[in-house]
Amino acid sequence: MTTKLFGEPVRRREDARLITGRGRYLDDLGAGALAAAFVRSPHAHARVLDVDVEAALDVEGLVAIYTYEDLSGPMAEPLPVLIPHPQLHAPRTGYPLANGVVNHVGEPVVMVVATDRYVAEDAAERIVVTYEELPVVVGVDAAREARAWVHEDVPDNVAARHHQETGDVEPALAAAPHTLSFTQYIERSACTPLEGKGVLARWDADDGSLRVHSSTQASTSVRAAIAAKLELSLDRVEVIAPDVGGGFGVKIVHPWPEELLVPMAAIRLGREVKWAEDRREHFVSSAHERQQRQEITVGYDDDGRVTALDVHVWHDNGAYTPYGIIVPIVTATQLVGPYVIPVYRVVVESVYTNTVIVTPYRGAGRPQGCYAMERTMDRIADALGLDRADVRRRNLITPDQFPYDHHLTFQDGRPVIYDSGDYPGLLDKLVALVGWDEAEALRADARARGKLLGVGMALYVEGTGPGPYEGGHVQVLGSGKVLVSTGLTSQGQGHETVFAQIVASELGVPIDDVEVHTGDTRRFGYAVGTFASRAAVMSGNAVALAARGVREKAIRIAAEVLEANPEDLEIDEGLVKVKGTPGASVPLRTVAVLSNPLRYAFDEAARQATQFAGPGDDSKPPVAPGDAPGLEHRDYYSPIRSTFASGAHAAVVEIDPRTWEIDVVRYAVVHDCGNVVNPMIVEGQVHGGVAQGVGGALYERMAYDADGQLQNASFMDFLMPYASEVPDVVIDHQETPSPLNPLGIKGAGEAGVIPGTAAIASAIEDATGRRIASMPISPTELYDLMRDETAERTAASQETGVPA
Amino acid sequence: MKPAPFRYADPRSLEEALDVLAADPGAKVLAGGQSLLPLLAMRLAAPATLVDVNRVPGLDAVEVTGDGVRVGALVRHAQLLRHDAAARVQPLLARATANVAHPAIRNRGTTVGSIAHADPSGEMTSVLALTGGSVTVTTAAGRETVGWQDLFVGPLETSLSGGAVVVDAFFPALPERSGTAFAEIARRKGDYAVCGAGVVVTLDADRRVSAVRASYISVGLVPEVHDLTEAVAGKPVDSADWAAAGALARTLVDPDSDIHASADYRRLLVGVLTERTLADAAREAAERTAA
Repeated sequence: MTTKLFGEPVRRREDARLITGRGRYLDDLGAGALAAAFVRSPHAHARVLDVDVEAALDVEGLVAIYTYEDLSGPMAEPLPVLIPHPQLHAPRTGYPLANGVVNHVGEPVVMVVATDRYVAEDAAERIVVTYEELPVVVGVDAAREARAWVHEDVPDNVAARHHQETGDVEPALAAAPHTLSFTQYIERSACTPLEGKGVLARWDADDGSLRVHSSTQASTSVRAAIAAKLELSLDRVEVIAPDVGGGFGVKIVHPWPEELLVPMAAIRLGREVKWAEDRREHFVSSAHERQQRQEITVGYDDDGRVTALDVHVWHDNGAYTPYGIIVPIVTATQLVGPYVIPVYRVVVESVYTNTVIVTPYRGAGRPQGCYAMERTMDRIADALGLDRADVRRRNLITPDQFPYDHHLTFQDGRPVIYDSGDYPGLLDKLVALVGWDEAEALRADARARGKLLGVGMALYVEGTGPGPYEGGHVQVLGSGKVLVSTGLTSQGQGHETVFAQIVASELGVPIDDVEVHTGDTRRFGYAVGTFASRAAVMSGNAVALAARGVREKAIRIAAEVLEANPEDLEIDEGLVKVKGTPGASVPLRTVAVLSNPLRYAFDEAARQATQFAGPGDDSKPPVAPGDAPGLEHRDYYSPIRSTFASGAHAAVVEIDPRTWEIDVVRYAVVHDCGNVVNPMIVEGQVHGGVAQGVGGALYERMAYDADGQLQNASFMDFLMPYASEVPDVVIDHQETPSPLNPLGIKGAGEAGVIPGTAAIASAIEDATGRRIASMPISPTELYDLMRDETAERTAASQETGVPA
Repeated sequence: MKPAPFRYADPRSLEEALDVLAADPGAKVLAGGQSLLPLLAMRLAAPATLVDVNRVPGLDAVEVTGDGVRVGALVRHAQLLRHDAAARVQPLLARATANVAHPAIRNRGTTVGSIAHADPSGEMTSVLALTGGSVTVTTAAGRETVGWQDLFVGPLETSLSGGAVVVDAFFPALPERSGTAFAEIARRKGDYAVCGAGVVVTLDADRRVSAVRASYISVGLVPEVHDLTEAVAGKPVDSADWAAAGALARTLVDPDSDIHASADYRRLLVGVLTERTLADAAREAAERTAA
């Protein structure tokens, strides 16, 4: 019997290649290509008065210099607003190269092309740009106060005012037995994939075609953007995502200026041109996320049940809004999490600042929403003197309430209707897994060792796998090899493995016969991309449907050959056989040969197949109407709406009360992403997410000074956690299948990062008795908080006498 | 992040290296490259010539005598970290190098290069100061010994001229009836310390505290040695109030604020690390003062 590969911890088949240096990342390609480098703005806000390239012209090896003056047609227009929204009333985007004004440090002003990157940087260094500095807006509060403006025609700095409500919140708050109001902050971090962005372009002048490799999460869309901006026919442009060394969201944004400029230069110069982003460029000219100011008012009853919730978020969107208001919408709609919120109103004001643009970073607005909701639960518990787990349990949506309609509109324009879940189940498992009820014993033990211990938890619900669609193509060759293709790209998540598992399971073939190709527009033209925890849901179901199509055809052909009823056939280990009749079988590879009536006997497979070929019916054409030669099938999966994964995290922290160092000593995750295709890969995703969650809670931030200079634009000062900073993670799974898709799966990519900030803030608050209202928090900040006589103390701290 | 053009010299003798350095005032010595190469890549430094001394013979030895440990210019941190004989004569060497960055950096970076780089966040600059060490400097004019007080001028700045090669550093032996300890607090393991402390405690024959000295990492512009003796002088080692010494230390230092820590927080850590390291060092001193 065929091994049922779906659900098995199959080892990642791409790892041997990737970890032994045989990966093909962007900068591994195009040896000998010309190299591009950029002169980027050193000012956060300035007028560009003059660009003097004179001194660069005699650099040996210089090939070309481009400024805004060299752009024409669509390239001279602003970059597109990818996702417009009626509530994005003042969208603004930059130009591929600055046109008169720069709005953040790092914005590209001049592109230099030279024989190699060294020479390109030598020339770039000699280009003199004269700027007139303008007032700078840094941080969400400065943007809100609007003493200076980022865009002179947006005088309040507000790009969008996103608003949703499920009822009349003011009377509901007035009627609430208790209310509390508070304001809290969360800082910027960033995706920081280990491989930066990169583009390689080659123009074939003979047939007028352009081949572009880009380290992107969305090759089909990059292709369409390049065709539009460079005025090429879509069929003349190919875009391939090679191995991508991480994306985490930043590479879903497109087109980046460089994705247009590098192909433009390749066409104009008739030579291959490459740009590989360096680390400093990535910090100052790609994208960040997460800074928000959150003003929250909640009404609740004596048991801690929420009766009304009113949230006003100020969201820093950076200098431009190319990705629309996806992050604000996700915060607004995912904030409610696993809870029944009878009346909810949310307003997100998305504001401009003179800093790097804000676009989705793993979690994409959810960590902020989770932080708002979960810290609200903590405050209710504290105000009522209740256990934080109990308050959460009383507010949870129960399993009998599914499908649960929040009466909100999600990022995809579809209603927020939770398809399935068991949130009390998650909470119960979490409480057991982390030892929540033994916290007092842990606390006493830590105290004996001179440490303060705290526990915190946070729950989330995550809309995953938004449409509109993904496609899959499965083809069985005469050799028996099964080719699988999807246009969705991979950024290292293990797509080669999971899509092979799905197809091998659906088709009944050994996994080693399956070969997966992703993100190549030459193979698959219609695709959306890898983001929003959608790859497994979207492409997973699409390749499953394609495999089912192939299976159906294979059984039809085999039934004729074996003179059997199709219902009596099964495919196992690559053999189509009559159930219960040993020997009555035909190999799938032979069926593949038979599927094509043109059978020159080039090889043994074709020769063998002829023995099965019937004499043929002279009265019918060799390919029946409606049929097609070949054993292949293409199919698409398009969901009615997103499917909602969920989870619960708990952190146990120990704090040194003398140095205020914060150590996460235990981290527990209960995770529900529906049916699991590969538990090893899901756990890996959770581990990576938790690492980024810990990073966002305790280490990472974008340290902009008041002038808009990023002071930590290197891996020395931007504190991405090392393995030594990431706690061991214990994981428990819960599987509530999604009723929305054939495989019953939900997305798992982003989940691990979502509750980290909320859970760790809660644990630190529990340990110190000081209200934590700004994250991330570092030891030096915790020290300041602890010696601040005016800092708010929790009610619990006053009762239990947590030491100062 | 590609360096500006530079000439590369690969001398096979010290004389040849000195010649290249003398010929080009813009030349810079390259040993382990763990600090210099990132500066080049970010174009924060653009020396006209790099003089790679890795093929100069005779600079890779660790010489241990009763007087102390002499560390050659090409000795890697990892080599010093594993050097048992050196650790016996001056335990601070291994204790401090264990805190230098990560293994890959310790395998490449040199102890002497780190000292010549004069980064006040470096461990080995402070250790040189705390042990009362010196460096041997060679120029076209000859050889001289420069004590640590005369070496460090400012952050990333020494008193040496461009034409000089530091050929070794000498760390005097730990005095008798003494103990040492070294500790630091970094935001991430292996990062530059937010604050670090190295201490030496010396007892008299009656196991009473006779001298306490400390030096700090990432505190102040140049390495300094602070005498903390007065806080605990004459106290029996088992009952000395190390917290008092920590409190004294806090009044002596003048740290700066940066994005990772405020000056106040650094001062707090100076106190805590002083107290903790002194307790450890005193224990060692007591063991070495066995009755």
